[in-house]
Amino acid sequence: MDVLMLSRLQFAAATFFHFLFVPLTLGLSILVAIMETIYVKTGDEQYKRMAKFWGKLFLINFAIGVVTGITLEFQFGTNWSRYSKYVGDIFGSLLAVEATVAFFLESTFIAVWVFGWERLSPKAHVATIWLVAAASNISAYWIIAANAFMQHPVGYVLRNGRAELDDFIAVATQKFAVLQFAHTLSGAYILAGFFVMGICAYHLLRRQNVEFFSRSFRLALNFALIFSVAAAITGDLGGKEVAQVQPSKLAAMESHWQTQESAPIYLITVPRLGGEGNIVEWLPIPGALSLLAFNDFGAKVVGLNDIPPEDRPPVLPTFLGFRLMVGLGALFIALTVWGWLKRKQLVDNPTYLKIMLWSLPLPYLANEAGWMLTEVGRQPWIVWGLMRTSEAFSPIATSQVAISLAAFIVVYGLLGAAAFYLLAKHAKQGPEMAAATAGARKEG
Amino acid sequence: MLETIWFVLWGVLWAVYFMLDGFDFGVGTLMPFLAKDENERRVLYNAQGPFWDGNEVWLITAGGVTFAAFPTTYAVMFSSLYSALMLILFALILRGVTFEFRGKAEGTAWRGLWDACHFIGSAAPALLFGVAFANIFAGIPIDADGVYQGTLLTLLNPYGLLGGAFFLVMFMYHGALWLTVKTSGDLERRARTAASGLWVALLLLAVAFLVYTWFATNLYANYLAHPLLWLIPALAVAGLVLSRLSIGSPWKAWGLSCLTVVACTLFGVAGLFPNMLPSSIDPAASLTAFNSSSSPLTLKIMLGVALVMVPVVIVYQAWVYKHFSHKITDDQHLAY
Repeated sequence: MDVLMLSRLQFAAATFFHFLFVPLTLGLSILVAIMETIYVKTGDEQYKRMAKFWGKLFLINFAIGVVTGITLEFQFGTNWSRYSKYVGDIFGSLLAVEATVAFFLESTFIAVWVFGWERLSPKAHVATIWLVAAASNISAYWIIAANAFMQHPVGYVLRNGRAELDDFIAVATQKFAVLQFAHTLSGAYILAGFFVMGICAYHLLRRQNVEFFSRSFRLALNFALIFSVAAAITGDLGGKEVAQVQPSKLAAMESHWQTQESAPIYLITVPRLGGEGNIVEWLPIPGALSLLAFNDFGAKVVGLNDIPPEDRPPVLPTFLGFRLMVGLGALFIALTVWGWLKRKQLVDNPTYLKIMLWSLPLPYLANEAGWMLTEVGRQPWIVWGLMRTSEAFSPIATSQVAISLAAFIVVYGLLGAAAFYLLAKHAKQGPEMAAATAGARKEG
Repeated sequence: MLETIWFVLWGVLWAVYFMLDGFDFGVGTLMPFLAKDENERRVLYNAQGPFWDGNEVWLITAGGVTFAAFPTTYAVMFSSLYSALMLILFALILRGVTFEFRGKAEGTAWRGLWDACHFIGSAAPALLFGVAFANIFAGIPIDADGVYQGTLLTLLNPYGLLGGAFFLVMFMYHGALWLTVKTSGDLERRARTAASGLWVALLLLAVAFLVYTWFATNLYANYLAHPLLWLIPALAVAGLVLSRLSIGSPWKAWGLSCLTVVACTLFGVAGLFPNMLPSSIDPAASLTAFNSSSSPLTLKIMLGVALVMVPVVIVYQAWVYKHFSHKITDDQHLAY
């Protein structure tokens, strides 16, 4: 393998691993903040225990999310130096803004939250977790604005052999970024909701701490229900934006080959491996693709046949990423609506609880699938229409990248295992045990 | 002018990063030597607890500012120093998760594993940042296309290694003084003894580094041209001497040690100007604040962001330092 392929693999590995932890940070910070707010407002100790229990899981997840984020900032320089040189004027400034505006806030106040239970007033203490939640989510906005520039570059001029900033507001507030942000957050909040519900289901099935976990479950359920619907709406709007600015990605998402008006969606499509066209196209919904993409049954949708092969993204991963994300998204709506109807008698519905326990990993899959579609579907471009991925990598020795990629796999594998072990241990332990351990540690 | 302002800010960001995370590196490196039992190790972790994460963001910002204000320097520097940066990265990753992971399960093997990660994750970056910066001061073999013509071993030259040793001992001294601030009793006494011993080593290394710098780099050219700049190394020396003299009053000694770290970093940066990454094989290929910077518009917007946000960050981080300035004693709740 060459430097390009190894660098792509390394970036993909580092990003997908990082994004196993980011969505939970984004969503659970808010849920913990809500729990602690209820505690401060009502004085109900149960909610303080909730904030502490879910907060502990949050911290384990947060730690690994933070440290794996540094990798991404370093990698643009180490592995994609030509890219950094070409768009650093714009892309670099978005990352720098993210660090100064949000990341400082998040990293400073998470520690205050951890160490401040006894040193701050309850009101000041709950304010720190809200700061963490707000900063994490603001941080996500700047990162997504940077990604949106790669998807749909705006606000730049080509000058001095590179892309230079022309309109910062345009870059920071473009529609693509706003829609992608809304959709990413929806996905993240669904994940946080299902994470909490899954762990609650584990305990409710064993009828442990029923009151504690029923309340937690209902809070997470409302959250997940709202954002499952929001994910569908923002996804639809985002898809329409993709249709406008990235027609080849749209075509790959649907494995749509023939340019046609009134384009259908085939409920069952099997793309041809490595070739052009599909092996199976069954159950068409006439005009559905035209409608979803352009709000018009008759609209013309460009097919992959009319896109030069060197400009087409890899179809299969883009197609699968899209189908997986959408299929799971529909399932999340169904599961949360079902849960909402049964919310008063959760313990009496073991079947539902079992399904929710086993559904815990599904939003992880959906979030990663969404990014696979977004990033693989952007190929062969690193910056859409401006720079190809094959022009962007660093002029460095293959061996260096091979060694670092191997190191990433080993280190991240071990860290992932350690994080999973700790999360599972503390999730199973439940709130009482957690309180007892904290007490013992205090004495010891 | 904008380029010069950003060059100064760039130097200051690195200096602040080393000042803050430097004591974390020092504490982590000293832990196996200073902490005798589990309780003392926990005290040391908690002495860093409320601060280390916020400290580390100064690195993210220094890196982000290199990217935003000097993208060409960022691109060539980070790709040239690939292996060194990867080692720093893995070290920082292990150190970072240690704080949360270590205390969340029992068992001496589990905790010993993370203690080892914490030691390596603290000592390795201290050493490697020193190696990297000494090499930047001296220049590295980059050609006119910004392609690095060396390997990791090229960086491990005698001057680079001396820079590494200098940084490591400076941070250990800085960390030992931080422990006199945050600990009490026997641990505080041991930290003070360590600081006294480290001070001698640091003084010798500082003198050696300053002399070697004369032969290995062009840093002194700026000092000879602008004698006012000698103030910077003078402050470094003053901080070093005065911190030793005030070793009995922890905050004062640590504050003066902060001055030393900042002035040492700025000593190099001021000598470097306008270079950011000198080439050792082709002077024309050197990257400077002027030939590697972003467009004026980006520099202006970023300056606005920095002038508003950095003071805000300083205010709330200072509040955190003040609020958690107490000594850690046994009867307190230890979060880690």
